[in-house]
Amino acid sequence: MNKLRASVLMRHEVGLHARPSVKLTKLAKAFQSRIDLGLSPDGPWIDAKSIVKVMATKAPKDSTIYFRAEGGDAKAALDALVTLVDEDFPDGP
Amino acid sequence: MDHRTHRAAQRIEGRPAAPGIALGPLVRLSAVRHDVRQRRPAAEEHQALVDALTASQEGLSLLAREAGDAEAEAILAFQIALLEDDSLAAPAFAKIAEGEAAHRAWGAAIDPEIASYETAEDPYFRGRASDLRDLRDRVLRHLAGEADQVVPAGVILAADDMPPSTFLATDWREGGLVLRRGSPSSHVAILARSRGVPMIVGADIDRLDDGTDALLDGDAGLLIVDPDQDTRTDYCRRRTEQAEARAAMASFSGPVHTAAGEPVQVMINVTGLAELKTLDPGDVDGIGLMRTEFLFQGRAQLPTEEEQYRIYRSMLEWAGDKPVTIRTLDAGGDKPIAGLTRADDANPFLGIRGVRLSLRHLDVFVAQLRALARAAVAGNLKVMIPMVTVPEELDRCRVLFAQTCDQLRREGIEAKMPPLGMMVEVPAAALTIEDFNANFFSIGSNDLIQYVAAASRDEPELAELTRPSRAVFGLIGHVVKYANRAGREASLCGGMAGDPAQVAALLDQGLRTFSVAPGALGPVKAAIARYTGPAA
Repeated sequence: MNKLRASVLMRHEVGLHARPSVKLTKLAKAFQSRIDLGLSPDGPWIDAKSIVKVMATKAPKDSTIYFRAEGGDAKAALDALVTLVDEDFPDGP
Repeated sequence: MDHRTHRAAQRIEGRPAAPGIALGPLVRLSAVRHDVRQRRPAAEEHQALVDALTASQEGLSLLAREAGDAEAEAILAFQIALLEDDSLAAPAFAKIAEGEAAHRAWGAAIDPEIASYETAEDPYFRGRASDLRDLRDRVLRHLAGEADQVVPAGVILAADDMPPSTFLATDWREGGLVLRRGSPSSHVAILARSRGVPMIVGADIDRLDDGTDALLDGDAGLLIVDPDQDTRTDYCRRRTEQAEARAAMASFSGPVHTAAGEPVQVMINVTGLAELKTLDPGDVDGIGLMRTEFLFQGRAQLPTEEEQYRIYRSMLEWAGDKPVTIRTLDAGGDKPIAGLTRADDANPFLGIRGVRLSLRHLDVFVAQLRALARAAVAGNLKVMIPMVTVPEELDRCRVLFAQTCDQLRREGIEAKMPPLGMMVEVPAAALTIEDFNANFFSIGSNDLIQYVAAASRDEPELAELTRPSRAVFGLIGHVVKYANRAGREASLCGGMAGDPAQVAALLDQGLRTFSVAPGALGPVKAAIARYTGPAA
């Protein structure tokens, strides 16, 4: 199995809170690939498309978020997610 | 004779909580009673939950389109996203397949999620528990066949009780509020008076039907169901007269003197920037009480230092060089804040509230002190501490405040230590007022009365005991006279200050600074102008 990986430092003031989590899961759902999220390079991994699970990580400010993705659009998905976190969850169009 | 169109008018007596008259259809807000559901075959229970989830999602989407402010939109978007996530309801559908009833299966699925937020270390995440509870109840209401509690504008709402956040989220327009519980000095009543929403409490609302025409008399504490045409005409006329009288009272602007020519300061109590929009700073002597707990309530997350700073600074800019007295967070008692106050407090009014809570949550407290120290640079800021009982509490706050200012300056941020005062609402503090190192005193009469009388302000049957008594006036006089001797300011910001009938008695005690709800400015100034001196 060939999984692509990426990581990004989250600087959002209150961590992976409701508003950022909503944005992150919405974006993840826009891709076909299976996308996992973890707070360490070795997991545990959770489904990045599930807000229940993403919020349950209760990731605080200055956490590094790890992603791994598998599927046709895995590269595009990781790029988009890393940009979202890196730019501090800007309001989309 | 046609009896159907001549139902007798029904009069329900309560206690006045906010003046004014409302006319409109009654809407009952009921608690969720999902246990009345009967369990049906698994396939039907499955479909019932699917339908309830879909209906909840539609209801939330409708609310989100009408929300109009970023905070509400964020909460709703979060709740909608939760409903869209299959993993939330998956355990419920599994339980239904095993033969569980839909409402119990849904509870079993979402309750552990709620519990995991309730026990979170971070207060922001703890605060989410209330969003999930709200979501749970919304789905349960649909399962029980109850409609969403979307309140149309201009109705008379009847409920057992109402949290301030619900009040703030309601579009009242010409409507009114009837509560079985609560009291005229509860926070909902304070909001109702401040926003001109007629309200009564202690009313028996058991036999009210939704949609019935009703008339709410907030002055008399009376609800009339199915009023006859004469009563209706009479009240419509009174409502017009009151609106005219209010307009005339409001024109009582500018500085005020007693009939003997002595100047008296009249300031306002506010909960946020919204109330200032319609007020001219020229009509008041400043803000005597800014209740910051409303910045913390009913929201997705606690306000950040930056957000608080911007609000405090905007208030100072509004007031120009007039004083703005900001009270640090007074949570607890009847003002719970998700993720901060304890839900299991056996006696919240005698528990961890006000400064007691702040000194136990230094992260939240210091963020507020930082915002205040930064804002202090922009105007005439005064800061006061609620629920001070012993001098050491105020001393600790003063040290913390000074350290906060030092820290800000080390970070290269401009900061200033404002005058630090205290609320006088605990009898122990009032009795030993000379022991406190406070720059000013502000008497909170609502709490002072209930602590002096050992009678809850939320107990309608004890209303007689929670009237201002000689004991209360004695304590107020003691504090005011000490403050005048010591050359420090003493003001009164509780409900008594806004009651024109109490104005003369307070002036008799030497009080010369009042802080009142904006709606009471006119009547209180008029009462001060009539004052000729102490009764012989």
